[in-house]
Amino acid sequence: MSHAASLTTLPPVIVGAGPAGIRAAETLVRAGLRPVLIDEAAKGGGQIYRQQPDGFQRPAKALYGFEASRAEAIHASWRALLDQVDYRPHTLVWNSEGDELDLLQVRDQHYDGQPWQQLILATGATDRILPFSGWTLPGVYTLGAAQIALKYQATAIGSRVVFAGTGPLLYLIAYQYAKAGVEVAAVLDSAPFSAKWQASASMLRNPPVFAKGLWYLGWLKARGIRIEYDAHLLAASGEQRLDGVRWRQQGQEHQLDCEGLGFGYALRSETQLADILDCRFAFDELNRAWLPVRDAMGRSSRDGVYLAGDGAGIMGADAAEWAGELAALAVLQDRGMSVDRARIHQLQQQLQRTRQFREALEGAFPFPEQWAHEVADDVVLCRCENVTVGEVRALIGELSLQDMNRLKAHSRVGMGRCQGRMCGLAATELLAIGSGQSVADAGRLRAQAPVKPLPYAITPTVQQWSPSLSVAEEAEHD
Amino acid sequence: MTDIHTPGSKRTLGTDVIIIGGGIVGASAALALRQKGVAVVLLERDFCGSRSSGINYGGVRRQGRLEAQLPLSQRAHHIWARLPELIGIDGEYVRSGHLKLGVNERDMASLENYAQMAARYELPLEILDQQSLRRRFPWISPTALGGSYCAEDGHANPRLVSPAFAHAARRRGAQIFDQTPVSSIEHDGQRFIVECPQLQVRAPLLINCAGAWGHRIAEWFDEQVPLQVSCPNMTVTEPLPLFMDASIGIEGGSIYARQVSRGNCVIGGGQGYTTSDTTARPGREAILELMKIASALFPALANAHLIRFWSGIEGNIPDRNPVVGPSHTTPGLFHGFGFCGAGFQIGPAVGEVLAELIDDGHTPTPIDAFAINRFSTASSTLMSTCIVSGDE
Ligand SMILES: Cc1cc2nc3c(=O)[nH]c(=O)nc-3n(C[C@H](O)[C@H](O)[C@H](O)COP(=O)(O)OP(=O)(O)OC[C@H]3O[C@@H](n4cnc5c(N)ncnc54)[C@H](O)[C@@H]3O)c2cc1C
Ligand SMILES: Cc1cc2nc3c(=O)[nH]c(=O)nc-3n(C[C@H](O)[C@H](O)[C@H](O)COP(=O)(O)OP(=O)(O)OC[C@H]3O[C@@H](n4cnc5c(N)ncnc54)[C@H](O)[C@@H]3O)c2cc1C
Repeated sequence: MSHAASLTTLPPVIVGAGPAGIRAAETLVRAGLRPVLIDEAAKGGGQIYRQQPDGFQRPAKALYGFEASRAEAIHASWRALLDQVDYRPHTLVWNSEGDELDLLQVRDQHYDGQPWQQLILATGATDRILPFSGWTLPGVYTLGAAQIALKYQATAIGSRVVFAGTGPLLYLIAYQYAKAGVEVAAVLDSAPFSAKWQASASMLRNPPVFAKGLWYLGWLKARGIRIEYDAHLLAASGEQRLDGVRWRQQGQEHQLDCEGLGFGYALRSETQLADILDCRFAFDELNRAWLPVRDAMGRSSRDGVYLAGDGAGIMGADAAEWAGELAALAVLQDRGMSVDRARIHQLQQQLQRTRQFREALEGAFPFPEQWAHEVADDVVLCRCENVTVGEVRALIGELSLQDMNRLKAHSRVGMGRCQGRMCGLAATELLAIGSGQSVADAGRLRAQAPVKPLPYAITPTVQQWSPSLSVAEEAEHD
Repeated sequence: MTDIHTPGSKRTLGTDVIIIGGGIVGASAALALRQKGVAVVLLERDFCGSRSSGINYGGVRRQGRLEAQLPLSQRAHHIWARLPELIGIDGEYVRSGHLKLGVNERDMASLENYAQMAARYELPLEILDQQSLRRRFPWISPTALGGSYCAEDGHANPRLVSPAFAHAARRRGAQIFDQTPVSSIEHDGQRFIVECPQLQVRAPLLINCAGAWGHRIAEWFDEQVPLQVSCPNMTVTEPLPLFMDASIGIEGGSIYARQVSRGNCVIGGGQGYTTSDTTARPGREAILELMKIASALFPALANAHLIRFWSGIEGNIPDRNPVVGPSHTTPGLFHGFGFCGAGFQIGPAVGEVLAELIDDGHTPTPIDAFAINRFSTASSTLMSTCIVSGDE
């Protein structure tokens, strides 16, 4: 991972203006550089510190709770950066070729290119999803989407809601909804209660975070909100839209009426760009996923590409800030500029501690490994292409499939609009079991451009055909 | 077939015919040989049908092919008609019709010339003027001046069809090894001895169906083929309401387009670039250009999104014909590679021809134009220009 310092003349480019990207930009600005900061969203803040639209005036405390002061700090940094960076909001990075990124200006649908020599990827995460019967019904959302509805636009996903799955966001979002006055009918945690206690000893190493988690739980309990452990989603019911949820708990089926259901099983990293940029990936047991590898500074395997934040492994918002700063320090080092070694040491230690805490969290909210064994054949696995679990299981057996990309070719899983960003991990679980391999050996879907769907409108409308438009072609490849 | 296990050494197999490469050509050769009762071992470096044969555009057309390929292409046309019976699936094969558009008078003249030539091979093509084109295909913008329509050409899903040929061959008793690259070949006077990392296979007969890498294997037998790789760009849209009721090409070569029954439009055109010996990526300039042309031709795409791009590695040969037939240096060796961007349609016929050459010693289908020794006699100017224009 040698990152040549020579000939670096272009300003560093940062993709993602979440906590990682903003701290990276700030660090670079402090060193006298004017980085390019690109984000698909309208404003800085990323997922956790997502800002409300103009004209909305809820106070930070109402939006971010315990995190209000961190959110305000990040937003203040972002505002201070606005005229010190080359800021490109509403801009999606959809591909990279050579040393140039391909951009889409989302609002006016224009194409733009962005050359780079040093690139920090701080692309964050999305919900990790495990499908169940009825998950495509209107009224069913991911946990993250349920939170975005509330945080961004002050709307709820229903007036009586259930939250299910596992992970710290489960309790946080239930709390946020209840606090906003929405009736939370139940929280269904797929992890057993014992997991929480077994993990708590190691979580005590990070008392504030642990206390926060307990506090949400206590708050929900004190308000008589039903919390079920070892509860596994069976189905969202309803004809046109959701009207109830069924789950299984210790061999028994249970049912509740509800209008909204939020579900998710922790988070998954957004790694497409790192993949398109040819960064090396390795399997990470903790995240149960293939992730781009980074060294202790955040350097990827590719010269000039740096990784920060949840986009290269889920570590949470605080760690994202530290990793963003570290990656920026690596950028400066590689430009031959002097950096504060003590600060690097401190950041690396903080990240190391977070990693230990993260391991304990995984114990408290374990991935429900039985999902792939138990999920029913008629459940839709890939909603874009309407492929069921049963079809995938049958193909794996029939064709002795071993590899995710072959599974995709034969089943269409991951071929639709989301390109496997939503269903890919669940499909990998099924493949691992069906082929008798580990999840690691089942492999990963190769990322293909565009990272998100690319509108035809990106090309200027051509009124009149002219032969000069012809793509130079040696032979007709059809 | 013999399977000899020597303790401590790698697995050794004996067979009648070894096939290198499990693309549509190698797999259909394996199937055709099994139908004749010949023992076959097929060795595939990656997964059968995962390279060009599995990722191509899916055009199954005769129209536009070089004259020398038409008999082979007609033969393939009859095989495609029997696809379910042959490989057990329909492979989404449809005879949608193939429409080749002309955008200027010169193109129209060349389409008419081609139609006259094709008629001699019983390939009926209908020339459409601008009015009848507008009437029959109102979804094509008026920028097209006319076209040539082949009612029985169509398209299929390569991801499904090509691996299915390998599965069909396997079901009929071919021994097929995925992830088994051939690293060297020797000949002991009687048999080829083919080495793979985990396997050694011996047979008196060998077929080289190694696609864009076939010239490397030919080189091991002192046969030079001026093959260069190309990487066609492919794109696919999200599903759209059905409107494109024919597969589209453009005279002179530009973009090509088809819509599958789920509604996705598959559109190809221009070149990507290689990222390694076996991998390729689409090129940004060409993708943007392709989008520009496609939206000019098909107004229905105005608000559509592309959801994926890809490319693959194809073997091009200057005269745009493949190498098919016996080796000129090594008895028992046969070649079938270098299909110049158009081997998906004729692949199944090439498989049958190779099986005939092996089992009967001859084939009724004319293949002289594809002889491997044509390069040693070809003029040097031909050798030096791999990129030729698309006029047929
Ligand atoms: C929906 C959701 C809600 C969450 N809520 C909480 C919470 O309430 N509390 C909590 O502790 N943690 C929460 N998390 C986790 C938390 O968001 C992360 O730990 C933290 O935000 C990571 O920061 P980051 O800078 O790495 O990434 P993010 O904050 O996710 O920022 C990444 C940014 O990159 C941009 N981006 C990504 N790809 C591209 C591209 N190709 N082109 C242009 N821009 C791009 C995105 O628009 C985004 O703004 C949530 C996560 C999600 C997904
Ligand atoms: C993007 C694209 C679009 C195309 N569109 C069309 C179309 O619409 N219509 C059409 O008719 N044609 C089309 N073609 C061309 C067509 O796909 C090919 O001509 C055809 O698939 C060739 O088949 P093949 O079996 O020779 O090659 P391949 O499918 O490439 O198979 C060759 C196999 O040999 C294997 N191999 C190579 N070396 C070794 C070794 N040393 N040991 C073991 N195995 C080895 C490779 O892994 C490969 O699987 C297109 C091609 C591309 C790339």
